[in-house]
Amino acid sequence: MSVIAPKFRLGYLIKAITDNIFWIIVLLTLIGLPAVMIVLIYIDFPVIDGEIWNPFRVFDAMTHPERSLPLVKNFMQTDFFKIAVFPGLGFAALIGGGVIFVERKLLAKLQLRVGPFYCGKVEGILQLVADGLKLISKEIIIPAKADKPIFWAAPVLFAATAAAFVALIPVAPGWVVADIDLGLLAVFAVIGFFPIITVLSAWSANSKYPFIGGIRALFQMVSFEIPLILSLLGIVMLTGTLDLVEIIESQVNFPWIIFMPIGAIVFFICILAELERIPFDLPEAESEIVAGWLTEFSGMMYGLVQLGTYIKLYAFAALFVVMFLGGWNGPWVFPIEPIAEVITDGIVIMPGALTVELSGLPLFSQEMINGTIWFVLKTVAVIFFILLPRGVFPRVRIDLLLKIGWYKLIVLAFVNIFIALALVYSGVIGPGGIM
Amino acid sequence: MTSQANPKNKEILPGLQLETVDDKIMTLNVGPQHPGSGHMRIILKIDGDYIVHCDPDPGYVHRGEEKMAEYRNYITNIPHLERPVIHDSCNILYPYCLGVEELLGLEVPERAKYLRVIASELNRCVYTQYWLAIYGIFLGHSTMFMWPMGDRELVIDLLEKMTGARVTHSYFVPGGVRNDTPPNFEDVCLRQVNYFEKRLKEYADIFYDNPILISRTKDTGILSREDAIKLGTTGSVLRASGVDFDIRKKEPYDVYEELDFQTNVLKEGDSYARSKIPWLDMFESCRIIRDALQKMPKSGSVRIKLKPNPKGGDTEVYRRVESGRGSLGMHIVSRGKPQPYRLKISVGSFRNLIAMPHLLTGEMLGNMPAVYWSLNYWPVEADR
Repeated sequence: MSVIAPKFRLGYLIKAITDNIFWIIVLLTLIGLPAVMIVLIYIDFPVIDGEIWNPFRVFDAMTHPERSLPLVKNFMQTDFFKIAVFPGLGFAALIGGGVIFVERKLLAKLQLRVGPFYCGKVEGILQLVADGLKLISKEIIIPAKADKPIFWAAPVLFAATAAAFVALIPVAPGWVVADIDLGLLAVFAVIGFFPIITVLSAWSANSKYPFIGGIRALFQMVSFEIPLILSLLGIVMLTGTLDLVEIIESQVNFPWIIFMPIGAIVFFICILAELERIPFDLPEAESEIVAGWLTEFSGMMYGLVQLGTYIKLYAFAALFVVMFLGGWNGPWVFPIEPIAEVITDGIVIMPGALTVELSGLPLFSQEMINGTIWFVLKTVAVIFFILLPRGVFPRVRIDLLLKIGWYKLIVLAFVNIFIALALVYSGVIGPGGIM
Repeated sequence: MTSQANPKNKEILPGLQLETVDDKIMTLNVGPQHPGSGHMRIILKIDGDYIVHCDPDPGYVHRGEEKMAEYRNYITNIPHLERPVIHDSCNILYPYCLGVEELLGLEVPERAKYLRVIASELNRCVYTQYWLAIYGIFLGHSTMFMWPMGDRELVIDLLEKMTGARVTHSYFVPGGVRNDTPPNFEDVCLRQVNYFEKRLKEYADIFYDNPILISRTKDTGILSREDAIKLGTTGSVLRASGVDFDIRKKEPYDVYEELDFQTNVLKEGDSYARSKIPWLDMFESCRIIRDALQKMPKSGSVRIKLKPNPKGGDTEVYRRVESGRGSLGMHIVSRGKPQPYRLKISVGSFRNLIAMPHLLTGEMLGNMPAVYWSLNYWPVEADR
């Protein structure tokens, strides 16, 4: 018996880190932070208004609302905040993570079981964190004959494309990452990227099941993109614009789903197909082709694809809300004018120092909060209906799927366009609402 | 011919054959490590999305049950003989016990006969629920995976009360059953079976009347009446093709003659009919159990005592029963020793597997799970 010293491996390092995560955090805070601050004392600090802004002063300012709130508010109006946190990736990832948990619990209730239960004591609320840690700590295995650069790039590209989709969705008045005039056209362009990434990843894996899954995904996405685009054309005719913000503003009085329910149904079914959800999960059909185009992804590569999938789910649901359900429009959930009592109830701040009037929630404008609440409520409702078929339907076959796409949905989408044309020419509705 | 033409082939080991490679045909090894295969391998050759050749390759879970039985006494054979299909363990022991009783000339008490029928029908429900759950998940219907698994627990609880074990019961012994039922078993059994039947009716709403399921399984993998007889299929596959054949009716054993039930026969012969027959059979099982509970003698012996090492004569017997997967027969050869000289097990699974290449050739790849699992094939039992 001889003991061989273990070779250095990234997996071992990550395992050591995850095993000792508690001590690492404790030591970093107790030793690391004071050490950094001692070093910083001997560095030249910026001088603003005759004051030296050393780290202690910054901490001091952060605890004082008169100084910290304008700083935070300025930070919130930067592009970085919009991309990374609120209408962008962080918000979408938060909703996506919530959707994963809700999906598991919802399906469990449907199927007479409990779902995630132990992780995090309360109804398995930390299951997602546990799954993420597991995926990070797993070894990444790549097929020997894979085309490695493309295979590595595919999950990243997939998540990035989903995030680019999120950037186009206006969440609240003024809160959209990329406010472009041809927003809907950009959405179609982003949707057109998904089949390319799928086929690239499937082909580069150089394996049989991913290849079959990729070809299936290509068939499915291409044949469902046409009715998806056609079903939104009616709204473009009625509003006369491709700007998503203007489309939302045209629905102040009524959402478009009232006038074109057929278009909404076609769009919803196309969403299910684009998202590869049951009953249209042929590219990942487990009992036929293992996991389809995801078969060869392991560890965090798979995790990235899943993250991208759920961000994409959020983005499609949000697009449904924007196009058919009126986006952020909704009744006021709290009063428009700030009431005097509320001001005295909130954080005590000097009134002249801040530009924000409302206390209690001093950082955001009231329109933004109201719009976000309605937007999130509507999106969650749509996501619920996207999740539900998974408990009810089996998977369709590829020939039936193509028949649904080409024979039925395209015809229905054209019917929807004719309805829109009739509404425009009869003079009932035109750009700008009811005439 | 190809091996001679290619000089590289000299290094190839003897026995390895080379195939001519066609660029249009892709070979898929479905299994044994595949979520849609079970403990077996199916070698598929597909042209586009159509299967042009199918070659099932069982044998991954062969345990040599027949050879093992030659080294054990007639009583000690019982626990290992139920391993091939632990979900249907009463039914796989049934022909063995019937055969050994005939061999040793034992007369089974009347109450034990009824208990055997009840246990075997409950066990058929357990097996069929398990099979149905997997059929559901093979078609991507996750609710149909969970519901039968949950409802199966009802029947398993009943069997646990009756036999003391959840899955591997070892309940049947030559000369009766191992033990009598607990005191209020009849009432509990009746109540649970009634509830179970109510739950079974709900499967129609979620599964059997589902339009997507019907569009997927109707008219796929059609097995005609003639082919079903010619290929030697049994059980639900045979009855789905329009052949009225049930061993409980044709060659009644124990008390099946006196009980009131019917045989379900459908004429379509497609995957949908094959998946529906076991579900309909579960209603008949409930009917049989209710009838047997009524007609069963309320008290009496359930087992006759055997000598320590009973020896059979110089004869051989063959007895068969209707299991969850069709005809299940055992051929026991005795040469005057406490052990069987030879035990041959003939299972329905393997006989239904023969129909698989016949059905899958020409189908689409998406139909593979729907057709494969509708054949009521249990890989472990087929390998024995």
